[in-house]
Amino acid sequence: MIDTFVLVIATVVAAATPLLLAATGELVVERAGVLNLGVEGMMLIGAVTGFAVTIASGHASLGIPAAALAGAATALVFAVLTLTLMANQVATGLALTIFGIGLSALMGASYVGTPVAPLPKLHLPGLSDLAVVGPLLFGHDALVYLSVALTIAVAWFLKHSHAGLVLRAVGESAESAHSIGHPVIAVRYLACLFGGAMAGLGGAFLSLSYTPMWMEGMTAGRGWIALALVVFGAWRPWRVLAGAYLFGGVTILELHVQGANGIGLPPQVFSMAPYLATVAVLTVISAGKWRGRLNAPASLGKPFRPSV
Amino acid sequence: MLLRIEPRPEVSRPFTCATPAIAMLLTVASGWLLFLALGLAPGETLYQFLVSPLLTLNGLAELGVKAAPLVLIGVGLAIGFRANVWNIGAEGQLTIGAIAAGWVALAFWGQEGLWILPAMCVAGMLGGLAYAAIPAFLKTRFDVNEILTSLMLTYVANLVLSVLVFGPWKDPDGFNFPQTKLFSESAILPILVEGTRLHLGALVALGVAVAAWLLLSRTVVGFQIEVVGQAPAAARFAGFSGKRTVWLTMLLGGALAGLAGTFEAAGPIGQLIPKLTPGYGFTAIIVAFLGRLHPLGIVVAALVMALSYIGGENAQVTASLPQAATGVFQGMLLFYLLASDFLVRYRVRLLAAERKLVTAS
Amino acid sequence: MTFHISRRTLLAGSTATAATLALPRGARAEGPLKVAYVYVGPIGDHGYSYSHDQGRKAVEVKFADRVKVTYVENVAEGPDSERVIRQLATAGNDLVFATSFGFMNPTIRVAKQFPKVKFEHATGYQKASNVAIYNARFYEGRAVIGTIAGLMSKTGVAGYVASFPIPEVVMGINAFTLAARKVRPDMKVKVIWLNTWYDPGKEADAAKALMDGGADVLVQHVDSPATMQVAESRGAYAFGQASDMARFAPKAHLTALVNDWAPYYLERVKQALDGSWQSGDVWWGLKEGMVKLAPYNPALPENVRAAADKVKADITSGALHPFTGPIKDQKGSLRLADGQRIGDADLLKMDWFVEGVQS
Repeated sequence: MIDTFVLVIATVVAAATPLLLAATGELVVERAGVLNLGVEGMMLIGAVTGFAVTIASGHASLGIPAAALAGAATALVFAVLTLTLMANQVATGLALTIFGIGLSALMGASYVGTPVAPLPKLHLPGLSDLAVVGPLLFGHDALVYLSVALTIAVAWFLKHSHAGLVLRAVGESAESAHSIGHPVIAVRYLACLFGGAMAGLGGAFLSLSYTPMWMEGMTAGRGWIALALVVFGAWRPWRVLAGAYLFGGVTILELHVQGANGIGLPPQVFSMAPYLATVAVLTVISAGKWRGRLNAPASLGKPFRPSV
Repeated sequence: MLLRIEPRPEVSRPFTCATPAIAMLLTVASGWLLFLALGLAPGETLYQFLVSPLLTLNGLAELGVKAAPLVLIGVGLAIGFRANVWNIGAEGQLTIGAIAAGWVALAFWGQEGLWILPAMCVAGMLGGLAYAAIPAFLKTRFDVNEILTSLMLTYVANLVLSVLVFGPWKDPDGFNFPQTKLFSESAILPILVEGTRLHLGALVALGVAVAAWLLLSRTVVGFQIEVVGQAPAAARFAGFSGKRTVWLTMLLGGALAGLAGTFEAAGPIGQLIPKLTPGYGFTAIIVAFLGRLHPLGIVVAALVMALSYIGGENAQVTASLPQAATGVFQGMLLFYLLASDFLVRYRVRLLAAERKLVTAS
Repeated sequence: MTFHISRRTLLAGSTATAATLALPRGARAEGPLKVAYVYVGPIGDHGYSYSHDQGRKAVEVKFADRVKVTYVENVAEGPDSERVIRQLATAGNDLVFATSFGFMNPTIRVAKQFPKVKFEHATGYQKASNVAIYNARFYEGRAVIGTIAGLMSKTGVAGYVASFPIPEVVMGINAFTLAARKVRPDMKVKVIWLNTWYDPGKEADAAKALMDGGADVLVQHVDSPATMQVAESRGAYAFGQASDMARFAPKAHLTALVNDWAPYYLERVKQALDGSWQSGDVWWGLKEGMVKLAPYNPALPENVRAAADKVKADITSGALHPFTGPIKDQKGSLRLADGQRIGDADLLKMDWFVEGVQS
C-alpha cells in the first residue's frame, strides 16, 4: 500500500514536471508584460534538440542545456517580432506554435523510432534507500529537482531581487518603468529568452525522461496546459507549482479510478476531470478571500515602444 | 549613423497596401531557400502552395469552405478582443453548437421542411452561446479569468461530443463506429456553386462580417466595446458597464462559433463525428489579429489562412512537400505578415545628421 | 500539366466541375501508375500511420519506376480529408488508399465523382464499384499475445492501455482476454481508456497506473512505445503495437503485434497495373501475413513459445477461432454457446466485453 503510494506520487511528479518548467518560464515572461502563446512550439523544439544532442553526444548533460538554448532561440524569434517589430503578441505566439510543430518534426524526422537511455535517477547512498521518504524525496532525476529549484529561484527573484522588482515594474506599467530609466525592451527580451529556455527544458524532460524518445507532436497539448496554469496560479510561482501538481495529480487519479473500475461511466467522463477540477478550484480561489489579488500584470500583452 | 524608430502620426495608407506585398515577397524568398534545402524544386513547390489553389473553380470554392468558419469565429472573437475579453475557447463553443444543431437534425431525421435548417442554426447559436455563458458567468460573478475557463471547457466540450457519438447518438446501422447517422437532405446546407462544396454558410459568414463592421463602426454598442477595451476607467466614468460588455462579447463570440459549428456539421461533414474541426477555434484567433480585429480585414485574413492550408495540402499532393515543412512555411508567412504591420505604424529615420547637431552644440 | 488543366477550368466557366475534370484523363496507357496514400497521423508517429507508410515504401521498392507514389500525412478526419482525397484524384492518381476509418464517407463521396479512379478504404464498411475495403484481423494476433500474457503473468492481472471504445479495440481486448483465460482461468484484464490515439506522456501514465493496480503484463492499443518503456523501467512485460518495438524495451518486450500492410498493397498495385483490379472486401490475418508477430524475446521460456506457436499455427490453419464458445460476458451470462463461433459481421460491430475484462 505504502509502496503503491510512493509509486503513484512519482507518477504525479513526472506528470507535473514538464508543466511546471514551461509554466514557470511563461510566468516570468508574462510578469514582464509579454504574452507568448508559443509555449507548445518552444517545448517541441526543446524536446527534439535535447534528444538529438543527447543521441549525438551520448551525454544528456549536453542535451539538456542544448534544449534550453534551442527553446531560447525560438523565443528570440518571437521577441524580435513582437518587441522590436511590434507584431501582435497573441497572433505571433500562435504562429510560433505552428512554426515550432513543423520545424521540430522536420528536425526530428530521422530520430523517430530511436530509443535513448532515460535520465538517471538520483541515488544518494543512505538517503535514497530510506523507506518512503527516500524514493519520495531523493529518487527523481535531475530535471525534477531543477524544476522545483528554478521555481523557488523565480519566486525569490521576483519578490526579493532588484532585477525582479524592475521586471515587475516593466510588466505593470511599461511607460512608468521607462520614464524612471528602466530598459523596458531589454528586460522583456531577457524574460522572453528565459521563458523559451524553460519551455525547452520542459520539452527535454518529455523526450529524455518522461517518455525517452522523440515523436512528432509529443507534447500533445502540454504547452497549452502550461499557459492555463500561469493564469491558474495568478502569476505567482508558488501557486503555479501547486497548480502543476494539482493538474498532474488529478490526471493520474483519473487513470487510477478507471483502472479500479466499477463506476460504469463512459470513459470520456473521467478524462474531463483534470479540466473541470482546474476550473472549479480556480473559481473557489477567485470567489474566496484571495479575491482582488488575482489580476494579470497590467501591461500584459500591450506593445510598448519607447518614445526616445 | 543611427536608426530611429518613431510612430507615424497616422497609419500610413500606402504602406497599408504595400506591406502585404512585401510580406509575400519575403515569404517567397524564405520559402525558396527552405524548399531548396529540402531538395525540392522551389519554383514548382511555391507555385503549388500559393498559386495553384486559386486557379480552379474548385480551389476557390474550397477556399470559401475553409475560410467560412474562420471568418465567423474570427469576427466574434475580434469583438471580444477589442473589449479586452479573452475568449480562447471558441473551439469548444463551436463543438457544443454543432452538438445542439446535430440534435435538431437527428430529432427530425427523415422529415422534410424548410424550417429544419433555420432551427438547426438557432440551436447551434444557442448552444455556443450557452457554452460561452459559463466563462462569462464565472468572470462577472467570481472574477475567474476567462482565458483559463474557456480553454479548459474546450477540452470538456470535445469529450462531451465523444460521449455522444460513441454512445447514445451512434448510428445504429454504423457497425458501432463513433459517428451519427448522415443528416437527411433537409438538414444539409444548400450548395452555392454546383459541383463544389461551397455552401450557403460561406455567404452567411460574409454577411456576418459586414454586419459586425456596421455594428462596430456605426453603433453606440460598438463604441462602448471600443472604450471598455481601450480605457476601462473612462468607460466606467461614462457609465458603460464592463460586466455587460463581457456578457455581450462572450455571448456574441459563442453564438458565432456555434453557428460555425452548425455549418461544419450541416455543410461539408453532414453528420457528427468525434473530430469536427482541425482547430478552427484556435486558428481563428490568429485570423482575428491578422485582420487587425477589423471584420473586413478578418475576411481577407481568413482567406489567406485558408490558402496556406489548402496550398500546403496541394504541395504535399503534387510536389511531395513533407507535411512538417508546410507548418514551417505557414509559420514564416504569418511572421512576415504580422511583422510587416510595423511599417504601417512606424517609420524608420536615419539619425546621423541630428546626432551631429547635438554634439556640436 | 496542372496549370494546363487549371486554365481550362477557368475558361470553361462556372459549370465545370471536378468530375468533368477527371474525364479527359481516360484509361492509363502510358506513364507510371500513380498511387497515393492518405494518413490520419504523422508518419513519425511510429504507430498506425507509420505502419501504412512502411507498406507504401514496399510498393515503391517493388515496382520502382512503374509507379509514382505520393502520400499526404496528418490529414484531419472531416472536411479536410474530403478535399485532400479529391485533390489526389484531380491530380491524376489512379489508385488512392485512404487509411483511416474517418475517411470513409469522404472517400465514398469523392469516388462517386471520379468513377475511373480506384479507391481503397481501410477499416470501414462502405463499398462501391470503385471503392474496395480492407482491414486486418488484429484480434488473431491478440489471441497469441493473450496466450503469452496468461502464461507469463505472476499476479494474474494484465493492464490494457486503450484508445477509444470502437469495435476494433473492443474486439482486441476480448480476444486477448479469452486467450489469456484459456491458459490461466483467473486472469483479469484491467483497461484504461485514454480517449486519444496518441499522447506518449498519458500512455506512460496509464501504464504506470495499471502497474500500480497490480498488472505485471501490459498491452496497448495506442500508438507510441511509451508503455514499453514503463514496463522496461519497472520490471513488467509488454507487447509492442503496430511494429516491432523491442529496441525500446529489450527486457520487457516479449513480442509485438505487427501490422504488415505490404502484402496487400503489393497485390492491389499489381492488379491495378495489369488491369485486374476490382472492388472487394478483404479481412486478412495471420494466414495472409497482414498480421504478424515480432520475434520472441530470447528470454521467453520454451513452453510459452510452444504454446504461442501452437495458437498461431491453429489460427492460421483455421483449426482455432479465437471467438469460439462458450463465451460469457462481463456480467457472467453466457453470450455464446459451446462450440459456436462469432461471425465476422458481429465481430465488426462488437461493443460488449467478455468475462475477465475490467473496464
